Amino acid sequence: MAANKTSPLEQFTIHRIVPIHIGRLDASFTNSALLMCIVVGLVVAFMALSMRGARLVPSRWQSMAELSYEFIANMVRDNAGAAGARYFPFVFTLFMFILFSNLVGLFPFSYTVTSQFIVTAGLAVTVFIGVTIIAFARHGFHFFTFFFPEGAPVIMAPLLVPIEIISYLSRPFSLAIRLFANMMAGHIMLAVFAGFVVSLGLFGVLPILFDSVLIGFEVFIGILQAYVFAILACLYLNDALYMH
Amino acid sequence: MDLASAKMIGAGLAVMALAGVGVGIGNIFAALVNAVGRNPSARSKVFGIGILGFALTEAVALYALVIAFLILFG
Repeated sequence: MAANKTSPLEQFTIHRIVPIHIGRLDASFTNSALLMCIVVGLVVAFMALSMRGARLVPSRWQSMAELSYEFIANMVRDNAGAAGARYFPFVFTLFMFILFSNLVGLFPFSYTVTSQFIVTAGLAVTVFIGVTIIAFARHGFHFFTFFFPEGAPVIMAPLLVPIEIISYLSRPFSLAIRLFANMMAGHIMLAVFAGFVVSLGLFGVLPILFDSVLIGFEVFIGILQAYVFAILACLYLNDALYMH
Repeated sequence: MDLASAKMIGAGLAVMALAGVGVGIGNIFAALVNAVGRNPSARSKVFGIGILGFALTEAVALYALVIAFLILFG
């Protein structure tokens, strides 16, 4: 038993399914890439097939697709205003990708794409750089007044401005780590409790029951984290477009 | 003190931050229950913000966990 003891971190290892080496670059098709393709395929299939033969009184699938569309459209309009509505496709794509990645990772023998820091960091840095470019394009160098909240006494500037700059630069990190840590911690907990089942013998039923409840909780957290990522992207967009 | 013990102690110290997070999450839901108790019709309005606040506070707990993991396995 102790000989093939596996750690709960083993579920996150990346396997190359199709090794592809271009010079010194390792561009292999990994299990993470496979799951990303599956997720994108599922999102496209969900939206496209649900809206096929769309009727005025929607069928069940159509109303689910419309619900998700309206949910994000309302969120973007409420949080990013009228000027932010043109960024709706980006926020919707972000939300659906993260949502489906989180949920597909809960299936047995599946892999959670968003449990890798590089994936969530890629998404977060995309949002951060995009929002900063939008801010510069809209406000030019006036953007730097964002770091000095208006109405604050000028004496406080040497203290306030560095703090504001640091908190602005920490946005992509917090965005990435929030999603990554939630997914990783959830899956580690599932693996740890599953490891207790055999060693407890008859009482091994208890970890199984706890894991069942935990999977339900993980579904909720997966949906919530997708929503939090999307709404924070909208709020950062609001900051960039309207500067407080 | 060897490195492995120091790592364990460091990880243990890092997760002490979760006490603050527990207080914070309790605060959010206390405010939520209070608001719904005083004005039950406001439930649909405050529930979304309450859940958002919960997710953002939980994230701080996970930052502490990430630091603990970095100390323990880094």
